[in-house]
Amino acid sequence: MSAQQEDKKLLEVKDLRVSFFTPAGEVKAVGGISYDLNYGEVMGVVGESGSGKSQEAYAIMGLLQSPGKVIGGSITFEGTDVLALSKAEMTQFRGNKVAMIFQNPMTCLNPVYTIGNQLMEALKAHDKTISNEDAKKRAMEMMEMVGINNVEKRMKQYPHEFSGGMRQRVMIAMGLICHPQLLIADEPTTALDVTIQAQILELMKDLQKKTKMGIIFITHNLGVVADICDKVSVMYAGKMVEQGPVDDIFYTPAHPYTIGLLRSMPRVDAQDYERLIPIQGTPVDMLNPPEGCPFAPRCEQCMKICLKKMPPYVEVGKDHRSACWLRVAEQMDKEEA
Amino acid sequence: MAKEEKRLLEIKDLRKYFPIKGVKGPGVQAVQDVSLFINKGETLGLVGESGCGKTTLGRTILRLYEPTGGSILYDGKPIYENPLGEDGQPLGKANAVNMLPYRRKMQIIFQDPSASLDPRMTVGEIIGEAIDIHKLASGKADRSDMIKDLLRRVGLNTEHANRYPHEFSGGQQQRVGIARALAVKPEFIVCDEPISALDVSIQSQVVNMLEDMQAELGLTYLFIAHDLSVVRHISNRIGVMYLGSLVELGESYELNRHPIHPYTKTLLSAVPVPDPKLSRTKQRIMLEGDIPSPMNPPSGCRFHTRCPYAKEICSQATPKFKEHEPGHWAACHLLDE
Repeated sequence: MSAQQEDKKLLEVKDLRVSFFTPAGEVKAVGGISYDLNYGEVMGVVGESGSGKSQEAYAIMGLLQSPGKVIGGSITFEGTDVLALSKAEMTQFRGNKVAMIFQNPMTCLNPVYTIGNQLMEALKAHDKTISNEDAKKRAMEMMEMVGINNVEKRMKQYPHEFSGGMRQRVMIAMGLICHPQLLIADEPTTALDVTIQAQILELMKDLQKKTKMGIIFITHNLGVVADICDKVSVMYAGKMVEQGPVDDIFYTPAHPYTIGLLRSMPRVDAQDYERLIPIQGTPVDMLNPPEGCPFAPRCEQCMKICLKKMPPYVEVGKDHRSACWLRVAEQMDKEEA
Repeated sequence: MAKEEKRLLEIKDLRKYFPIKGVKGPGVQAVQDVSLFINKGETLGLVGESGCGKTTLGRTILRLYEPTGGSILYDGKPIYENPLGEDGQPLGKANAVNMLPYRRKMQIIFQDPSASLDPRMTVGEIIGEAIDIHKLASGKADRSDMIKDLLRRVGLNTEHANRYPHEFSGGQQQRVGIARALAVKPEFIVCDEPISALDVSIQSQVVNMLEDMQAELGLTYLFIAHDLSVVRHISNRIGVMYLGSLVELGESYELNRHPIHPYTKTLLSAVPVPDPKLSRTKQRIMLEGDIPSPMNPPSGCRFHTRCPYAKEICSQATPKFKEHEPGHWAACHLLDE
């Protein structure tokens, strides 16, 4: 892929809304989020459980579980409107264009089929004409690419004969076997130990350099984000509260939630004991979200308007925007001056 | 954090094997001859990857698992004694005391709060049960006061006593778990991954609460976790385990600055740091392969199969756990030269 293409837009999400219609009422899991992703870019999506970070990704894959529905917005992938695809087209789109890897590699592999069998199945599902030998060859190449040794023997083994890290490698091989342009990784290292996590992150960075694919990396671990991502979206209660290049998010965060998250973790370079500063309160009850800014009830700098109206996005730097009334006020002060 | 230099807990060559039915040999060698002590009022952190035996060690200390050999002294008195002989085997029948009086002094907080609270008991009943077993309340009114006081102490409302665990969020459930442990006014608490099931913004709240409890009640903690940054923050000293053995032990910031065991070095270098610039320049020591099976651990130093600096002697003799600098212990042949 040429350098020109690298800056080209791969995915464009505009005002995406996902709701779950439960007996207890509508849960607005994703409440209008927008972002772009270019070729060769890694975007981190950070948020707590229930912040809608996974549902947003499932919407792109067309994998929303009932009673979840996309109720608004658009998803454009290489110029195609993803939400308008038919079921058959969607099946082709998944795997060929976009692949996903999940948090728990054990529940995603079928325990009664060999690894080789499952890898070849992924290929055959998208290329009906491929011969068994070619499929096997490709599967073995992929396994080597993700750093699995002894491929011949490993192809014939079952998932239970693989360790957690090895299974995640298999999942990555399976995801990439049809050369997708976009990989969605939903907490791919959360279930793994730190030393194995480091291996998998290195592998993903390596593969990303080779293939120039875009990656959406969903995680709650800010350390992982700092390690692998080019830009970051911070989600809170279905809203994208801040978005920007990775350095800006870590060094000049512009939303109280991001600031709070960074402050609540033990500092890396701490040489001695420092007391943690937690974010007070508890996460939002998504059935009864507060009016206005969802973070307002936990925000130290909460103002009257925060409890009434959701703030608009304010550009606080290049490609760096934040949804907070404090930033709106600053902006207005600047314009007046 | 002032601490008296008085040993509250001391273990010597503590060993726990889990025999496997139908398989000859010692079975799973989960904890292999671990010796350490914990001073009164201090927090000893225990880190290691999954399967390294840190949880088993915590539970064996409390005799929730009956040890296979070695000894445990609490406040100078043995609660389990079965020293290892010259051949490395336990000498014979263990001298084990009745644990009930010690259960009042030694408590545990479990990792998964939703799984460790009985769903059919109200929070009041869960906390009250501990008070009843040890006959701590003088009457009904006293009992109810104690429960209310405990709930207030962990930051819950007194009305919460009548609610069931499922009505609480994960963070609140963990607070209930902490209240239950505190109900018997213990001196020593094993915190077994108390925050890893919680959301990032809630983790620091619970960490701060544990610190407050310690300061207020003079508690001693054994803090087990795999998140190194949190362990470093909360602990006075840290022990690092690998495949059932304690490989290094030292003052927490000292251990982070100058790890001396190769495994600790790898582990520390693998932790992703929430700082993009630092992350880009960070040198990682990558480990090859996976953790071996504790059913059939490697001979000599258990780490030698993955150690980048392994020598001939490492596979032949078990390295001794020695004090290399004051208060800084490690078991490695390379340090003996």
